[in-house]
Amino acid sequence: MAPRTLPILKQLLSKSSSYNPNLIGSRFAANRSVTYMPRPGDGAPRPVTLIPGDGIGPLVTGAVEQVMDAMHAPVYFERYEVHGDMNKVPEEVMESIRKNKVCLKGGLATPMGGGVSSLNVQLRKELDLFASLVNCFNLPGLPTRHENVDIVVIRENTEGEYSGLEHEVVPGVVESLKVITKFCSERIAKYAFEYAYLNNRKKVTAVHKANIMKLADGLFLESCREVATKYPGIKYNEIIVDNCCMQLVSKPEQFDVMFKTLPTGFHLNGGNAEAVTPNLYGNLVANTAAGIAGGTGVMPGGNVGADHAVFEQGASAGNVGHQKLVEQKKANPVALLLSSAMMLRHLQFPSFADRLETAVKRVISEGKYRTKDLGGDSTTQEVVDAVIAALD
Amino acid sequence: MGSQILRRVLGSPNSSRVFSSFNRPFSSSDFSSNMIRATLFPGDGIGPEIAESVKQVFRVAEVPIEWEEHYVGDQMDPRTQSFLTWESLESVRRNRVGLKGPMATPIGKGHRSLNLTLRKELNLYANVRPCYSLPGYKTRYDDVNLITIRENTEGEYSGLEHQVVRGVVESLKIITRQASLRVAEYAFHYAKTHGRERVSAIHKANIMQKTDGLFLKCCREVAEKYPEIVYEEVVIDNCCMMLVKNPALFDVLVMPNLYGDIISDLCAGLIGGLGLTPSCNIGEGGIALAEAVHGSAPDIAGKNLANPTALMLSAVTMLRHLELHDKADRIQNGILTTIAEGKYRTADLGGNSTTTDFTKAICDHL
Repeated sequence: MAPRTLPILKQLLSKSSSYNPNLIGSRFAANRSVTYMPRPGDGAPRPVTLIPGDGIGPLVTGAVEQVMDAMHAPVYFERYEVHGDMNKVPEEVMESIRKNKVCLKGGLATPMGGGVSSLNVQLRKELDLFASLVNCFNLPGLPTRHENVDIVVIRENTEGEYSGLEHEVVPGVVESLKVITKFCSERIAKYAFEYAYLNNRKKVTAVHKANIMKLADGLFLESCREVATKYPGIKYNEIIVDNCCMQLVSKPEQFDVMFKTLPTGFHLNGGNAEAVTPNLYGNLVANTAAGIAGGTGVMPGGNVGADHAVFEQGASAGNVGHQKLVEQKKANPVALLLSSAMMLRHLQFPSFADRLETAVKRVISEGKYRTKDLGGDSTTQEVVDAVIAALD
Repeated sequence: MGSQILRRVLGSPNSSRVFSSFNRPFSSSDFSSNMIRATLFPGDGIGPEIAESVKQVFRVAEVPIEWEEHYVGDQMDPRTQSFLTWESLESVRRNRVGLKGPMATPIGKGHRSLNLTLRKELNLYANVRPCYSLPGYKTRYDDVNLITIRENTEGEYSGLEHQVVRGVVESLKIITRQASLRVAEYAFHYAKTHGRERVSAIHKANIMQKTDGLFLKCCREVAEKYPEIVYEEVVIDNCCMMLVKNPALFDVLVMPNLYGDIISDLCAGLIGGLGLTPSCNIGEGGIALAEAVHGSAPDIAGKNLANPTALMLSAVTMLRHLELHDKADRIQNGILTTIAEGKYRTADLGGNSTTTDFTKAICDHL
């Protein structure tokens, strides 16, 4: 254990003597199941590209580096500075990601209406990271208005409304093209069902607005339906995006009943729900779902393509934070820590991933070190120290 | 009723033409002591029952409104290309105010949907939904007090789609300066007349730089004319997240079409669903068509079980548009008190009162 954490550990244990640490530990320690057998040489440290980004990005990526260090995880980071006001992502960064195949990044601030296209979007398009995944779930011990939330939102990442094809027809009239292709819709649908199959999720819901955008979203739905026939074991249904948002916030319980009469959304009771969406709706649904489950400061996520994966804070709201957060160093590192746990699993280091996740969940549930967006007042460093202390 | 028909037939075509030349862009003219004529579309399903409730409450509250009822026909009118007759539309244009119950769009081809007809013919450019938590009806959120104003004519819902080649579809999102200015003007005017302090424009201009950028530019221009109102711009992802975490952060929201659709339904979800949400469509020339946005619920039609709250609150919005604020406040308080008391609640709110009992309770509370 890192030498810094010893005094902190003593402090933690002495303060909270009212609970039995063994009990807490056993609740959170992963039950040992049949062991994971690695191939010889799997333990060699893997390089991961690290892009700290803007705003709170450097703070939270720093947090991840510290925790990885404390765990002696077999990853080492190659750091590259990229900022949102650059014209394009530097070639050396792209080279690095192509070589390492895995990247961890903080948020990149996009100047508003400034003529510079978002670097986040550029990165995804260049590496063809066509699927964006956000896992929204209730963290034990964190009070929210909605219980039993466990949704994964899979969002098409390359086309749709964010194609960036805009032009001014005449002064005062602007057109933006939303492009939907069968190719992209099919591959995102395939990814969604494959994900559900590999992760034992029972139901996939397609989110759309095909009653208004009949051709565009109609094509998306057609592709989803085709893929659904290949996975008879997984239930498939469709929901209109405004209805979806409304159901997410108001009455998640009624989904079970409404299943008979309307296209439903997610089984928020008992988990196992998954949504596949085109680009814009995915953005909204992911942020809404993240909001009801505890906020975007805690939800992990990532972008994945055929050859590369980039992990970052799940939902995009607040991933750069604002000036005050940066100055006071009170950004929430939990989202990026959980994303890095996802990354560890992706790299096939399940035991490290479990340890990290367990430690983070323990810190959140104890409630002593929480940043402002979770109702506490800790700084980033305090949370990181607590997580490192909670590692076993 | 005979006298009503007589009055309608004889009408007052001359006077309406005189008054329609008033150039008040946003509010319908107040006829001072005269009765104001308003068009009423009871609609289908539970429509007629809840319309009856509204009429009764207005009668007891002595609101100076005279209803002109129009029904959706069962034959297509070639002049409007839908089941709504030309006379109905003319009546709304003449009266400047209307109240619409839920309408079930008949299935089939060759005619426009009813909502689309109304929107296009009456040039309804803004959809206003006041969302406030109803005290006494507990949802997970109890401090919601915001208005969503949605641009209703263009944006992503222009309906311009085509297949480029097989397997590739393009859909056009149009944003014009004229429409954006129009809805921004209405939003700020609304904020000013209803004493609201903040207007937030919701956008995604970091990605859709030209389209949402134009929308924002127009909003900024209008904001300069109202220096006493705080103006801010919020990216839609942040907006969604903030709405579900802390809806009290928002006051008036103004948005283009698609975001408006989603956010206004999300806000309706925050307060308890579409069965409780009022809504009002504003058209060119100060036309206001208040409507209930829930469905026509054919399974409980005629059984005296429907909840008239949405239509009644929409009628209250209509009264505010007519600047009959004291009557509007009375009726609104009556509704809120009745729901808060909890003795008379319809089935969808968890009680077992009938529509008529609920209406009578509201009348008693006036």
